[in-house]
Amino acid sequence: MPIDVLLIAAAEAAGHAKSGGGGLPQMDFSTYPSQIFWLLITFGGLYFLMSSVILPRLGGTIEERRDRVADDLDHAAEFRRQAEEAEAAYNSALADARAKAQTMAAETRAEVEAEIASMQQEADLKAATQIAAAEERLNAMKDQASTKVKEAAGDVAKTIVSALIDETPADDTVKAAVAGAISGREAAR
Amino acid sequence: MNSILSALALPMHLPQAAGPMEQFEIHRLAPLSLGNIDVSFTNSSLWMMIATGAAVIFFSSATRARALIPGRMQSIAEVLYNFVADMVRGAIGPEGMKFFPYVFTLFIYILLANLLGLLPSIPGVSHTFTTTSHIAVTFGLAMLTIAIVIFYGFYKNGLGFLKLFVPSGVPPWLLPLIVLIEFVSFLSRPLSLAIRLFANMLAGHIILKVFAGFIISLLGAGGVVSAIAIFPFLGTVAITLLELLVAFLQAYVFAILTCIYLNDAVNVGHH
Repeated sequence: MPIDVLLIAAAEAAGHAKSGGGGLPQMDFSTYPSQIFWLLITFGGLYFLMSSVILPRLGGTIEERRDRVADDLDHAAEFRRQAEEAEAAYNSALADARAKAQTMAAETRAEVEAEIASMQQEADLKAATQIAAAEERLNAMKDQASTKVKEAAGDVAKTIVSALIDETPADDTVKAAVAGAISGREAAR
Repeated sequence: MNSILSALALPMHLPQAAGPMEQFEIHRLAPLSLGNIDVSFTNSSLWMMIATGAAVIFFSSATRARALIPGRMQSIAEVLYNFVADMVRGAIGPEGMKFFPYVFTLFIYILLANLLGLLPSIPGVSHTFTTTSHIAVTFGLAMLTIAIVIFYGFYKNGLGFLKLFVPSGVPPWLLPLIVLIEFVSFLSRPLSLAIRLFANMLAGHIILKVFAGFIISLLGAGGVVSAIAIFPFLGTVAITLLELLVAFLQAYVFAILTCIYLNDAVNVGHH
C-alpha cells in the first residue's frame, strides 16, 4: 500500500518536472544578458574590494604575525646562546678552582712527606749510633769476660795440677794449655 | 481490506507543491535596460548581491581588528586566505600570486553562492535562488578565467604561448593529430568548468526539491501514510549534508582548475 502512495507522489513530482514552467529556466536565453551584467557588477565589485582592501589587510596581519614570531624566536635563540656562554664560563671557573685545589693538596702532601722522611732519617741515625755504642760495650764486656774465664781456667788448672802431681806448672805452659783446650773446643763445635 | 484501502485513498488529493524546476525560474524585480539589451534586476541579481554583500560584511568585520592573536572570524578569514594562497602557490608557483586576488574572489563568490542557495525558502518571506545553478553565470565565470589565461598567455609569452598546443617529445608525424587534440581540449575547458558547477548545483537542488515534495505529499495524504514521510525527511537531511559538501567541493574544484589553467599561461612549455 505505501508503495502505491509513494508511486503517486513520485508521479506527481515527475509531472511537475515535465510541465513546470515549460522547459529548463536555464535555457531561457532572454535572461542571459541580465545575469551576465549583474554577475560582472557583483563579481567585479567583490574583486575590487578584495584586492584593494581585504586581502592586503589579511596578508599584512599574517605577515606581521610571522615576523613577530620569527623575532621572538631570534630573541629566544639569543637568550639561549647567552645562557650557554654563562654555563661555559661557570664550568671553566669550576675546573680552574678544582685544578688549583688539587695542586695545593699535592704541594701540602709533598711537604708533609718530606718532613716525615727527614724526621725518620734523623731517628734512624740516632738509633744506629746507639746500637753501635751498645754493641761496642757488649763486645768489650765479652772480651773481658773471656779473659777472666781464661785466667780462672788457668788458676783452676794450676791448682788441680799442683794438687795432682805436686808440681806447679809454669804460667806459660798453663796459658798455652788453656788456649789449646779452648781452641780445640771451638774447633770441635 | 478493500475498504481500508479506499478509506486511505480517499483523502489523496495531493497538495499542489511547487515543481522542482520552479526554484530556477528568474523573475524580473526591477526593469532596467542598456540600449536594447534587457539587464533587469532579477531575483538572480538579488542573490548575487546578497552573496557579495555577505562576503563584504564578513571579510570587512573579520579584518577590522587586524589582531595579532586572531578572533574567531579573523581565524576563519585567515584559514581561507592561507587555503587559497597555498592552492595558488602549489599550482602556479610564487609568480602565480599576482592572480591570488582573482582566485580568492572566485572561490569565495562561488562558495557563498552555493551555500546561500541551500538556505530553505520561507513561504511569503524569501525565495532562495542559487545563482550558480544557471549556466549563464557559470559559463560567464569560466569564460572570465579562460579570457585571463589567453590574454596573460599572449602578453607574457607572445606567440610562444602557442607552444601550449605542441607538447615536447612527440614524433613529427603524430604532431598534427596531437595539436588538434590539444586545441579541442583547450576549447573544452570553459565548457567543462561551466557545466561541472552548473550541473552539480542543478542536480542537487532538483533532488532536494523532489524529496521535500514527497514529504509534503505524504503528509497531505494523512492517516497512517503520513508516518512514511519520515523516510523522505531523513533523505532530505542526508542530501542537504551532502550538498553542503558539494557546495564547498565545487567552489574548490573551480578555483583549483582556474589555477591549473593559469599555470599554462604563466609557465608555458613546462608541462
